[in-house]
Amino acid sequence: MSEKVLMRGTHVVAEAAVRAGCRFYAGYPITPQNELPEYMSGAMARLEDGTFIQAESELAAINMVIGASIAGARAMTSSSSPGVSLKQEGMSFLAAQELPAVIVNIMRGSPGLGNIAPSQGDYFQATRGGGHGDYRNIVLAPASVQEMADLTRKAFDYADRYRVPVMILADGMMGQMMEPVILPESIDPRELPSKPWILNGAEGRPSRIIKSLFLDPSVEEAFNWKLVRKHQMIGREISDAETDLMDDAHLAVIAYGTAARIAKGAIKRVREAGLKVGLFRPVTLWPFPEKILQGLGESVENFLVFEMSTGQMLEDVKLSLAGSGEVHFYGRPGGPIPTPDELAKVISRLYHRQKL
Amino acid sequence: MAKQIFKWPKYLKQVVSHYCPGCGHGIIHRLVAEVIEELDIGEKTIGVPPAGCAVLAYNYLDVDMGEAAHGRATAVATGIKRVLPDRIVFAYQGDGDIAAIGTAETIHTANRGENITCIFVNNCVYGMTGGQMAPTTLVGQPSTTTPGGRDMNRDGGPLDLSEMAALTSGSVYIERTAVNSPKNVRRTKKAIIKAFKSQMASQGFSLVEILSPCPTNWKMSPVDSNKWIEEVAASIFPLRVIKDETGES
Repeated sequence: MSEKVLMRGTHVVAEAAVRAGCRFYAGYPITPQNELPEYMSGAMARLEDGTFIQAESELAAINMVIGASIAGARAMTSSSSPGVSLKQEGMSFLAAQELPAVIVNIMRGSPGLGNIAPSQGDYFQATRGGGHGDYRNIVLAPASVQEMADLTRKAFDYADRYRVPVMILADGMMGQMMEPVILPESIDPRELPSKPWILNGAEGRPSRIIKSLFLDPSVEEAFNWKLVRKHQMIGREISDAETDLMDDAHLAVIAYGTAARIAKGAIKRVREAGLKVGLFRPVTLWPFPEKILQGLGESVENFLVFEMSTGQMLEDVKLSLAGSGEVHFYGRPGGPIPTPDELAKVISRLYHRQKL
Repeated sequence: MAKQIFKWPKYLKQVVSHYCPGCGHGIIHRLVAEVIEELDIGEKTIGVPPAGCAVLAYNYLDVDMGEAAHGRATAVATGIKRVLPDRIVFAYQGDGDIAAIGTAETIHTANRGENITCIFVNNCVYGMTGGQMAPTTLVGQPSTTTPGGRDMNRDGGPLDLSEMAALTSGSVYIERTAVNSPKNVRRTKKAIIKAFKSQMASQGFSLVEILSPCPTNWKMSPVDSNKWIEEVAASIFPLRVIKDETGES
């Protein structure tokens, strides 16, 4: 059993990646995630089989990851919002070529250049695929430094299991804050299951092609439906959410990542005042845990979606509930971090207005 | 006993070509396949075809092939080679791919001295998309987006990507050849052998630029296309060894 250590979120993702057997990292500097590549540069240098490349661009970095994945390595890149936009071309290709990879987005205030404060404005981009075409990425949303470690391990496992890109969607707060963490045990990448599809030279076997060009529309259509079936399987197998204090709740606050941490503080405050409020926290943003939420919808009528954006996950909540219950929203886009007190007031006002 | 002096290369698939009559890709594919066979590296070679006419190179070359997005071939090749340093990795790219949308990837891959080989097929035009101006289109050369010919003041002049790559500290061997005559085809093959051997010796980045005819988009006969390479294109892109630090003659 590993002992508890105090570490920063970005460092934890990097260390957890190494422990998950990641041996290839390429990235380009952007705040607030620079500690991640910095950590990786040292960690990879200490490994006999590790590669760290500071790429000339985000585009180059994600394409290097594509190459490393083609060659069979567990590979990762990381960035923050504007840089993740640049990676979308490569993410579409990863999905189309059915290549595993892990992409970390430490979100910051946007759109455009925005700022370097924590934000959750990239939910749509992350959960809708982000690049061109009909595809989805698995999106995992950690809400603690411990979860940064645990979900990084899961990200690599899911990527390999389903041959898809997996995004870890956190923000500047999750990336920068320090908390005690128990790191997962190390995996030797040579002990991971072999990948029978990689390109490593056609020794003693027919040559292979990894591609995404299907000039015949009916072949492209068939491939798209194959992706849909894979997406449906992923939805059945890995949808995940945390529920907290929901047993007697009249109102469910729905939030992920940093916003969920703020929500927990707010709920603690209103609970002290006797308000029956609980939390629903999606851990997988895609697949969205709609079945778990629908289960809550049987006992709760009122939902408050809280995001550090103008309301993006809000749409998935409404789609999941499909008209059952009342969905309210509170959001702060662009980088300000709402306090638990601020949110507690919002919850309290709503609670009394709805006569709960 | 008759001695066999010509045969179908082992690593060239026996399929019908989709390339236009007079196109240079068929010759260059054959040369790459011959070199892979002669160097006996067919079971350890991984190719990265580009977006463009030659994206279908994987239909012809019988080695592992991993497709890249437009311009990103050298970045993908970098990732493959770093994970599998004892394999032979080459990118096969056209002029629009390598010298416009992929300029940054190409120059920085060269500058890092990645131990890979680029086969750069220069036909001075965007072929697959139907004949638009390429970074390598000559001044005065008509294209579908420069109907009156490329204008130096409006469009800039042809970009010499190979010279740029040669300026980087990580490039080892860069030569420009052509496939418009039997003599030049033989020279091209020698250059490809040298580039692959340099990679096998882990010397760094190698690139062979090959002036190649595109009769369809040049709107010329194949014979006139070969003449145009000799008389016009090669005057702007001279056939020569641009950089050679391999230590081999």
